[in-house]
Amino acid sequence: MLRFLIPLALFLAVAAFLAAGLDRDPRKVPSPLIDKPAPAFVAPVLADGGKTLRKEDLLGKVWLLNVWASWCVACRDEHPLLVAFAKKGGVPLVGLNYKDRREDGLAWLARHGNPYAVSLFDPEGRIGIDYGVYGVPETFVIDKEGVLRYKHIGALTPEVMAQRIVPLVAKLAGADG
Amino acid sequence: MIPELGHLALILALAVALAQGVLPLAGAQRARTDWMALARPLAIVQALCIVLAYASLTAAFVRDDFSVSYVAAHSNSHLPLAYRVAGVWGGHEGSLLLWQLMLNLWTVAVALFSRSLPLAFVARILAVMGLVSVGFLLFTLLTSNPFDRLLPPAFDGRDLNPLLQDPGMVLHPPMLYMGYVGFSVAFAFAVAALIGGHLDQAWARWTRPWVTAAWIFMTIGIALGSWWAYYELGWGGWWFWDPVENASFMPWLAGTALIHSLAVTEKRNSFKAWTVLLAIVAFSLSLLGTFLVRSGVLSSVHAFATDPRRGIFILAFLVVAIGASLALYAWRAPKIGLGQRFGVVSRESMLLANNVFLAAATGAVLLGTLYPLFLDSLGLGKISVGPPYFETVFALLMAPLVATMGIGPLAHWRGDAAASLARRLGIALAAALVAALVSSWIGGRWSAWSLLGLVLAWWIVCAVATDLYERLQPAGWSPARLAARLAQQPRAMAGMWLAHLGVAVFIFGVTVVKTHDVERDVKLAPGGVASVNGYDFKLVGLREVEGPNYRAVQGDFEVAKGGRRVATMHPQKRVYRVQREPMTEAAIDSNPLRDLYVSMGEPVDGGAWIVRLQHKPFVTWIWGGCVLMALGGALAASDRRYRVKQRAFAAHGVVVGR
Repeated sequence: MLRFLIPLALFLAVAAFLAAGLDRDPRKVPSPLIDKPAPAFVAPVLADGGKTLRKEDLLGKVWLLNVWASWCVACRDEHPLLVAFAKKGGVPLVGLNYKDRREDGLAWLARHGNPYAVSLFDPEGRIGIDYGVYGVPETFVIDKEGVLRYKHIGALTPEVMAQRIVPLVAKLAGADG
Repeated sequence: MIPELGHLALILALAVALAQGVLPLAGAQRARTDWMALARPLAIVQALCIVLAYASLTAAFVRDDFSVSYVAAHSNSHLPLAYRVAGVWGGHEGSLLLWQLMLNLWTVAVALFSRSLPLAFVARILAVMGLVSVGFLLFTLLTSNPFDRLLPPAFDGRDLNPLLQDPGMVLHPPMLYMGYVGFSVAFAFAVAALIGGHLDQAWARWTRPWVTAAWIFMTIGIALGSWWAYYELGWGGWWFWDPVENASFMPWLAGTALIHSLAVTEKRNSFKAWTVLLAIVAFSLSLLGTFLVRSGVLSSVHAFATDPRRGIFILAFLVVAIGASLALYAWRAPKIGLGQRFGVVSRESMLLANNVFLAAATGAVLLGTLYPLFLDSLGLGKISVGPPYFETVFALLMAPLVATMGIGPLAHWRGDAAASLARRLGIALAAALVAALVSSWIGGRWSAWSLLGLVLAWWIVCAVATDLYERLQPAGWSPARLAARLAQQPRAMAGMWLAHLGVAVFIFGVTVVKTHDVERDVKLAPGGVASVNGYDFKLVGLREVEGPNYRAVQGDFEVAKGGRRVATMHPQKRVYRVQREPMTEAAIDSNPLRDLYVSMGEPVDGGAWIVRLQHKPFVTWIWGGCVLMALGGALAASDRRYRVKQRAFAAHGVVVGR
């Protein structure tokens, strides 16, 4: 008699997982680089092709890396947040202009505002590949020793900024005596 | 105005469906003939409402009514008429309305072709189908209304996804949905039998043609989808074990098991619990497929745009529909009785093995499809499960299944002797092994897997030949007598042989393509030549082509073999004006022995292009096998005993119901 209940029991177990799955986004892939040293780079600067920036130049302070592009629609949604964040000062915001053309990127910054202390130019996406970028925009938090501490996938929202990024940056900045 | 009429028709249909779902069911419990008699008319009225709604949506598409949000999202004024009509099912809301239309068409078919069934039984079946309809109509009206207005109207539509602007789009979804929804008939028959507490051979005889019909549509629908992916996506692949593909394959596997289980219930009054459970499971998998595609729970190239609200609704519907029917099964299955005993070696035991292997295969595919979700829900990380898992597990389960496919039709019911079967099939086995070795040698390339595939395919052929020999041979060897004797065989037998041969053709095609498929990516400039397996592909030139709503670069290829020209092929790389995604339109030269496949990749410096060239021997046998399976099913479903009223059974007073 009881064996006839097995199909129902199995189904309810599957349904429970499906319900749990509704909450989650299958397209979000967590970064394997969290708490590991951020990949090194030597990149030309967007504003001036002659200058380059290396990862070593940024050691000693907490900084944010924001991946953006002139062709990226969602970047426009998060851009005002970044501009406001940069105005407050304190933490340098480094942009990574990803798979873009120099003129387009500069024109986009001129039109929407430039919150970046400096923007790296990555037309072929090589730095992006090293950082595991698979969509635009993405934002990384890197600490004073150059260790990658947090990755946000997709456009930033006020909640994410207030609840994740700002507290984390404060903690990392204050952590070192 | 017309979209509002369509919307109103949907609401009306919901009211009628509620009545259809409740009154006849209550009537059957209380033996009230007047309530039970309402079932058929209500079903027809509901269908008329849905036809009206569907026609309204189609009219909106044909008339380029971009004040309807769904039309603006999936159509465009430059879209050719055929794709405007097919575009109705190009997105979530419209395809749901197509599902609904199919459900109503099947319900009307059951209402009209069930004159010989007892009224209480018909009342219950139509009521169950009415309740399913209520669920889908609520889903449509509450979360996915195709008639929502977009005001102010869009100037022009966002165009149908270019991948869908193809003849395959016109046929694949309707066929597939006919199959998915067709299993709701089997489901309704099973639930009606459980409610009534009676399940016998008459029930099985009534159910079989309906299940076979749904299975035929499912087979054609899946085959069309596979063939369409092959020629449309440009990679030459034909099955990717994508979650949505699996969502269609699982009901098909369960449906195949159901067809065979019904054979035992009809002949021997056995396997009743299996049969009823398989009927419920097949439709449950259809519903699960609906959930997977539309809820955003799994990522897939096929998935519709998602909305968690829809996911919650479908899940609730799933829990109610499947949970209630499985609970009914748990409660009533013991009552419908177990069957008669059978020997370890018998046709029953072969069919039981068939059930078990197909159920295991369905479970394996389900596990692989849902596994990423299980792990993610438990916080154990994100993985993806792909062809390596599916192909290995599926092939390993199919091998013993195919072995029983050869033995089953020859085994006697109730009990047989292993020695006798071995004697009868020994030659078949030896012939299959020899044929497999010879085919391998002719092909020139082999592996353990390819040998296994060939042995299995030849085994089916030889076993069918043995069965035919035993039945036709008493007639002597003159063609006239053989033909006469063949025509005398029941259509159900002929259907079985044809369908099983279809499986053999399918396995042969898959094995040969996997063993001998050659693919080369080459850089070619106009005038350049590249060779694949003895075929020389020459790029004669490139030119720009204008289509009705796209612009393309076309490569003109001449293919020669041994110096003789074999084909000219014209692959294109298209950019559709509205959606702007580049799309590759592969060129395929097909004949029964091989396909030549050319697709344009990317342009590189110097006016050259990266081009993919493929030689695929016997690939059309994959879909040819499916066509044979479907034809076999059609032959079997048209067997005399389903069409001729069985007076003998009626005389025994088969009353299904209180």
